[in-house]
Amino acid sequence: MSSDKLTLKQRYDRWMIKHGRVLVIGIPYLWLMLFFLIPFLIVLKISFATAEYAQPPYSSLFTWIDEGVNITINFGNYLFLLSDSLYISAYINSIRIAAISTVITLLIGYPMAYGIARAQGSLRSVLLMLVILPFWTSFLIRVYAWIGILDREGLINALLLNLGIISEPLIMRQTEFAVYIGIVYTYLPFMILPLYSTLEKMDVSLIEAALDLGCKPWKAFVRVTLPLSMPGILAGSLLVFIPSVGEFVIPELLGGPNTLMIGRTLWNEFFANRDWPIASSVAIAMLVFLVVPIMWFQHIQAKQAENGQ
Amino acid sequence: MSQGALQQAHEDVHKTQPWNNPDTVPFIRFENVTKKFGDFYAVDDVSLDIYRHELFALLGGSGCGKTTLLRMLAGFEEPTSGKIFIDGVDMAGVPPYERPTNMMFQSYALFPHMSVEQNVAFGLHQDGLPKSEIRTLVSDMLALVQMSKFATRKPHQLSGGQRQRVALARSLVKNPKVLLLDEPLGALDKKLREQTQFELVNIQEKVGTTFVMVTHDQEEAMTMASRISVMNDGVIKQTGTPFELYEYPNSRFTANFVGQVNLIEGVLVDDDEKYAIIRSDDADCDIYIDHAVQGHQGMTFWIAIRPERVRLITEKPEDTKYNCLSGKVEEIGYLGGLSTYHVRLDSGIRIKVTEPNSTRQIEPRYTWDDRVWATWESGAASVLSQ
Repeated sequence: MSSDKLTLKQRYDRWMIKHGRVLVIGIPYLWLMLFFLIPFLIVLKISFATAEYAQPPYSSLFTWIDEGVNITINFGNYLFLLSDSLYISAYINSIRIAAISTVITLLIGYPMAYGIARAQGSLRSVLLMLVILPFWTSFLIRVYAWIGILDREGLINALLLNLGIISEPLIMRQTEFAVYIGIVYTYLPFMILPLYSTLEKMDVSLIEAALDLGCKPWKAFVRVTLPLSMPGILAGSLLVFIPSVGEFVIPELLGGPNTLMIGRTLWNEFFANRDWPIASSVAIAMLVFLVVPIMWFQHIQAKQAENGQ
Repeated sequence: MSQGALQQAHEDVHKTQPWNNPDTVPFIRFENVTKKFGDFYAVDDVSLDIYRHELFALLGGSGCGKTTLLRMLAGFEEPTSGKIFIDGVDMAGVPPYERPTNMMFQSYALFPHMSVEQNVAFGLHQDGLPKSEIRTLVSDMLALVQMSKFATRKPHQLSGGQRQRVALARSLVKNPKVLLLDEPLGALDKKLREQTQFELVNIQEKVGTTFVMVTHDQEEAMTMASRISVMNDGVIKQTGTPFELYEYPNSRFTANFVGQVNLIEGVLVDDDEKYAIIRSDDADCDIYIDHAVQGHQGMTFWIAIRPERVRLITEKPEDTKYNCLSGKVEEIGYLGGLSTYHVRLDSGIRIKVTEPNSTRQIEPRYTWDDRVWATWESGAASVLSQ
């Protein structure tokens, strides 16, 4: 009996050794397939449909007529996106805001990451902890906190008014400025962490070598540190840029009525206009826009892997 | 100066021995240099003169302060107190990028994003030399270190030995007054290291630059250096040529660190202008020294005898009054060319003896537990007072 059990266990072990790897890799892929790929295909399908007053509120692509399947694909939604300047300017605006935010995040995040990477052991973990700490509270609450800070009657205005620096409250909330503050604040850790990990790995003697060979500190930074931290800069920038493009909560809560971003347009199409096909095509178009920088990043990473960096 | 003249100038260092000539102006001078990290004295009141064209080695174990001394020359650390002069110029406050030194790092610190050529040219670009001149200098230097074939490779495509050459080329190409080498051969395997030692010496002779090298490997220091400073705990214990350090160590530390040594502790019982006799609890005979020693009777001394200067005999010698210790062979290491024996003396201490296997033997000369007598010439031992 016991030997039977043992062989069963042995069989299991052998099976695991042979197939365990596939299992470990397979489960997350299955997850992504179920909860990313299939919904994506559904959205893709809806984007080719026509809006209808029905349940669901869009036409079916496939209709059965007598002997066969009739496929109706409607490219009209995409043409509509191109023809309506609202969508085009929403896209351009989103990309502009995301790009500017990314640059600001990089300019603030780089010195911070550098400082953390060069800090002494225990101080370094404290600083890293401080970067991660905001994640412990809800993102929504943190954005709401910014409303309290930037509002007409908010903290900043109260302080400046009391100090007599300004006589009238500054309009900060419901401006693009507030959107920048929100995005930069929210995504800063995503910039700092990849930058930190590349800078921390970098051999300090490389900078010493540059100084030794006649570089002033600033030039050593430009010629050695900066190029070697490129992978971190790229990773951080993409981690900030991609979610910023589609950001909905921040422009909704902090931005004004004129802050046109694609996330908000999408929301309006779905919930205000109930035009699912248009909303879906907006989403697909956004994805296509974002695939380009991702592919570019992959390409650069592959190149760097070839160079052994 | 032509190549020939440079080479001449260098070879002369061994002959002219500028360190023995009080009129020679030292090229590098440490004056009472101390470096503290917090409460820790990394370098403690070091004064040292290094002369032009020397290949000088700072030798010591890890944490002895040798690397700190080197980094102070390069300008990466400033002394807490004391002064450093290079070619007569006080280096206080001079940043690394303005010093007439270049350093070869232990990790080589090659820029991974640049090719071999670009790495070597890096320093020359900082000097703003014209492109054509840079190209000539770089290709000459790569030829010198035999790396011309690999000019367009990236560092990660090179072997350890090749990287070492590129690092050397990069630091030499700027023609520094002093080249600093931090464990230059530390990352190479033994065989490559031995081969590279001589190459490095040859290159130094060719270019005539003053080299200051840090190493923990006494053999490497002995092979390469014109002079060596043995360091311990931030202090220089002894400075001298390899010959002086080995033959005339001034302390037990140096005797132990440079080569191997048997130390026997004893007390001076009789002395004269011509001889000295030391009595030890660890030896069953008195030890006779053929020269006078500095000290009074009753003072403690250590006798230092190199393992290869001890002779083992299997028959009890007739005269066992002086320099004759009896014991048993405890361990044997047969190395082919040499054999090493550990002999447990009757007094309990253990001594080490090496003998060359200069003739072919039918069977090993000694075996375990053989009774042997260890003797040595009365001039073979050094007497150390510290």
